[in-house]
Parts: sequence; C-alpha cells; structure tokens
Amino acid sequence: MTIYYTSEHEWISVEGDVGTVGITAFAAEKLGDVVFVELPGAGKQVKKEGDMAVVESVKAASDVYAPVSGDVLEANAAIVDDPAKVNADAEGEGWFVKLKLSNPGELSGLMDRAAYETFCATQ
Amino acid sequence: MTEPSSRLLKTPLHALHVKLGGRMVEFGGYDMPIQYPEGIMAEHNWTRAHAGLFDVSHMGPSLLVLPELGGGDEAHRKVSAIVEKLVPSDIAGLAPGKVQLTVLLNETGGIIDDLMIGRPADPARQGMLYIVVNAGTKDNDFALIQKTAGLDAELRRADDRALIALQGPEAEAVLAPIIPEAVALTFMHFVRVEHPEFGRIIATRCGYTGEDGFEILVPADKAEAFAERLLSDARVKPIGLGARDSLRLEGGMCLYGHDIDTSKTPVAASLSWMISKARRERGDFPGAQRILAELKDGVPSKRVGIKPLGRAPAREGTEVQSDDGQVVGVITSGGFGPTVNGPVAQGYVDTSYAKVGTPLKLIVRGKALDAEVAAMPFVPAKYKR
Repeated sequence: MTIYYTSEHEWISVEGDVGTVGITAFAAEKLGDVVFVELPGAGKQVKKEGDMAVVESVKAASDVYAPVSGDVLEANAAIVDDPAKVNADAEGEGWFVKLKLSNPGELSGLMDRAAYETFCATQ
Repeated sequence: MTEPSSRLLKTPLHALHVKLGGRMVEFGGYDMPIQYPEGIMAEHNWTRAHAGLFDVSHMGPSLLVLPELGGGDEAHRKVSAIVEKLVPSDIAGLAPGKVQLTVLLNETGGIIDDLMIGRPADPARQGMLYIVVNAGTKDNDFALIQKTAGLDAELRRADDRALIALQGPEAEAVLAPIIPEAVALTFMHFVRVEHPEFGRIIATRCGYTGEDGFEILVPADKAEAFAERLLSDARVKPIGLGARDSLRLEGGMCLYGHDIDTSKTPVAASLSWMISKARRERGDFPGAQRILAELKDGVPSKRVGIKPLGRAPAREGTEVQSDDGQVVGVITSGGFGPTVNGPVAQGYVDTSYAKVGTPLKLIVRGKALDAEVAAMPFVPAKYKR
C-alpha cells in the first residue's frame, strides 16, 4: 500500500488498482468544522483534477478533486451521516471514496509524504 | 489566504488575538481573527451556553456632539434633528439611556448602512449622541454625518477606543463584579462609567448574537487588560468572526453589504419597524416618498428567513425558485447554524412567496434543493427586557 498526495490536499492510498481517496488532515484543519459532504455515487467516472466531491465547513464550500482518473467503487456514507468524522480522522475513517484507477500511471505525478509535508510548510 | 498584515489595520487587541492563536484574515480593512484554535462550531456553541468575547473594534463607534452640552430635552432635540435628516427613526423621542438600531438612507430610500444611535442618560450630557456604524462603511458614514451636521455639531470618531462584545447567558454574571453599573441595564440601554481601573467606559446592553450581552467601549490602552480580565473568567472564551456570523445568521440579523445595501429600502429589508410612527406622519426622512408608498402598497420582493430542508448549506448568491421552477429570489446570507444543527439562510423573494411555510427550491450546484420560508430568528432571542 502506497499513499500519495496532491497539491490540492487530497490523499490517495493505493492497493493494486484500487485507491482510497480523502482530504488531508492539513486540509481538514484549514477548513474547520466540516458540516456537509457531497460524494459521487458508485459507478461515476472521475477525471484526474476534475470535480469529485464537495466539502462544506460552517463558513464555506470547497471542491474536492480526483487525484487520478477512475471509476467510483464506493462512497463513504459514514461521513455523509456524520461530517465531523472528516475533522476527527481525515486520513482514516474520514475517507471520501474508493476508486478503481483507470490510469495508474497518473500516480507518478503525485507527491509522497515527505514532499507533501515540505509543500504544506510553504502554504 | 492571509493578507500581508502590514497593509491592514489592527485593533488594540491584535496582539492578544495572535497570542490566543487566532487565525487572522482581512475583514473591513482590518486584520481580524476568523476563529481561534477550538474552531467556529465550538466557539458558536460556547457563546450560546456561556459567554463569548468578541473584538468588534473594527466597527465605527463615535460621538456626535453639540458645541455645548447640557440643556436637557432641547439640546437632545437639536442634535437629533441632525441625524434625523439621515435616518427614519424617532431619535428625538429616544428616552435617556436608550439606543436604537436604525439605518442611514440615501435620497431614494436605499440603505447606506445600519447603525446604532444612543441618547445619554446623564442630564449634563444631553446634546450628544453615541453612534456606532459598520467597519467597511465607517469613513463614508462619518463624512456623511459630519457634512449633514455642518458647523452645528462635531462628529468625534472613537478611534482611540476598543469595542469589546461579551455575549451569552453568563455575560451578565461575568461582567457584574467588573462593571456593576452594566447589570442594571435592560436590552438596548447604555451607561457611561468612569471606571477606576479601565478609565472612561460606555457599556451597552446589546449584541449581534441573539443572546443577552454587552458591547463595551474602552480606551485603547486599557483594552488588552480589560479583555484579559474577562478571559481570566473560566466562563469566557474568545470568539472569532466566523462564529459571530453564524450566531447573527441564526439570530436573523442583517449583515451590511450582503443582506442590505443601497439597492434595498427598509421596507424591502423587512426593517419597517425602524420607521417610527412620528416620522411616517411627518414624512421627513430621505426617500420618504418611495418608502411611504411601499409601506402602503407593499414591495415587489422582501427579505425573509429561508430554511433549507436537507443538510446542504445554501450560500450567498444561490438562486431561489418557486415550487414550479420560476426564479423568485436569491440568498443573501447562508451557512450552517450550529444551534439549529442544520443549514440556515436569508434572502429576498418575490412578496407573493414571502409567507412563512411557502415551499421554495434552492439551486445548489445545479440541483434544486427543497427549502421553505421560515420565521426569523431561527434561534429564539434571549434579550433582557
């Protein structure tokens, strides 16, 4: 299992050709209390850097982009029911969707943990 | 996200905000805390349950002063006549010690700003009004008031003061040992105090949260000590602008530049209660012709509370449709109400759709979400009458 990060603060944990996607703890902390999450349904195709989900805090709505292209296998109903899970465990129980990757080669353009932490330090 | 702080104005409590871990953002030209480390939700809930401290020094407190004070009702009438050229409320008829929420109007009845105007209780200080305007509009407002006053009165900006709000059910108990004079106030009254420790203070029982509470004007050089004194009480936590907005939205109050502006009259803004009977009879306020006609014949669209029935918030600018898909309005403020535990909004809808309970659709990201016109406030007010 390998975890990759985007400059839009999404993470994707990949096992075989399936990736679990969420927003990073850094992003969740910046957003503040998450009060609403809108997720794509199973079967929806998403494109790398295209709109994938919406997350709303008390103050504002933010788009969540697909880190790579793929088909949605499953959306995390638990965070729709209890959006606070995104703040409580952004990189664990607060995952957004599982994707079947359509082009695993896209992963090579993403950051590893060390590169992402360096990136966050500049934000 | 954060503006270079050198370009922005700072309130006397700026260093304290930074020390408390405030996340600083630009607001009304000032570098202000949008939240502290506990976050908007916790801050909002704390204010409803205990007491929240808000720095509102970016707003525009001021005094409009005749050349000579004293002179009783006559002096009050004289200074009131100046501001009554700009507002539709009965300022001359204010009881001593009372403050009134009102609006500055342009010549066509559009709202230039909302503001508070107070009449001092002290007989020796008649001929003076305490006026508090909004942050982003204060330079224009002050210029307008001074121009209207001409040489008859002087508008003194209280830029050398900090304005600190203490809001919530425990605000009175917290303030009682520090400013005992404030406890005797009822809602929308104020008192001037020469405080042995914090100097010249004006305490007003009012706020922008729907809770009981106070706004306290203190000298800038005493502001941090005063705030620290309040914060040393375990019932008090600092609250940022994020929770200030969610609290006022649940309270059904207007945010200038969003829910009201020069394109809206007080009638359209559902603020007709500000237009006093005496002023209606005299018809002597700016835009009176239009506003009196609106009071008689109604307005095409008006401000209402709007409750999205699902979980998704509807933000400012969201299109409002009728049940059958006609565009009937727009959301002017919307977000999540932590006390309501759901989305809340306000906006303008065609008057035929303004009745409480009318079903509406909100177009959020291309989807029509169910909503209805709701009574405001969304959370009952707890003012001390």
